[in-house]
Amino acid sequence: MEWASWSDFWSMGGYGLYVWGSYGVTALCILIEILLLRRSAGDTRRRLKRMQQWEEQ
Amino acid sequence: MNLYTFASPVTFYHLAGKLIPWFTWSAILLTVVGLYLSFFVAPTDFQQSEAYRIIFIHVPAAWMSMFIYLVMAFWGAIGLAFNTRLSFMMARALAPTGAIFTFIALWTGAWWGKPMWGAWWVWDARLTSELILLFLYVGIIALWAAIDDIKRGDRAGALLTLIGAINIPIIYFSVKWWNTLHQGASISLTKAPSMAKIMLIGMLVMAIAAWFYTIAVALVRVRGIILERERQSEWVKEILERET
Repeated sequence: MEWASWSDFWSMGGYGLYVWGSYGVTALCILIEILLLRRSAGDTRRRLKRMQQWEEQ
Repeated sequence: MNLYTFASPVTFYHLAGKLIPWFTWSAILLTVVGLYLSFFVAPTDFQQSEAYRIIFIHVPAAWMSMFIYLVMAFWGAIGLAFNTRLSFMMARALAPTGAIFTFIALWTGAWWGKPMWGAWWVWDARLTSELILLFLYVGIIALWAAIDDIKRGDRAGALLTLIGAINIPIIYFSVKWWNTLHQGASISLTKAPSMAKIMLIGMLVMAIAAWFYTIAVALVRVRGIILERERQSEWVKEILERET
């Protein structure tokens, strides 16, 4: 363990901005991908369902 | 039941559905372990202090950006050669994740370069070829989006992917072929043997986590594509009946 305290951890030896800037944006990218994917998965199914009902009429 | 069974979209749709939770949970577990190793087990670097910890996402993301592209090129080649529908769908399902990892590799590289080199960006061979990779991903996705005819789009996209594959060895060997600011592949791992091992393990755990994540999201995406393309078939109608 390298850290004396939480503030020590967050400061990353003075490189906190760069380390957390990297990890933060990476986490954000992955979060956005998952959210968009979930939404489009639901959208596709609903749209196909509607098309199907339309064809049946 | 043989390997070709899985090349049929209906079988693969159900298989993918069963595999997704496994890959998702493995990715989550490995990410937690990988982050723990990256921040609480791996020691401070004697040259770069704590800034080097960016390596645990930078290197796995850069590996993924190249590897996903090669897998796409593989599926594109299989699709062109054997005209298998599922291959093209796999290529389409992988591209967005490949583009995201390329962006992450470039982004984390910039945030590592700034404190270490004093510059967010330099027109170095490694950085420039990786930027070209991002343009290739975006170009391939845009090409698919621009061509309404699915079969023509599939083939055009596969062709562009294969032509662009020449960029992958260029990225990989750029640090050898040219005198680059970007460090070579092995330097960071051989500085101090005692700490190199745990750094390497942390990096590998994060890389496997990235792999499982990619497989999970690509499978979710390919299932959507399968439903879309097979929407006229009875089995899709049954699934839509059940799931919505």
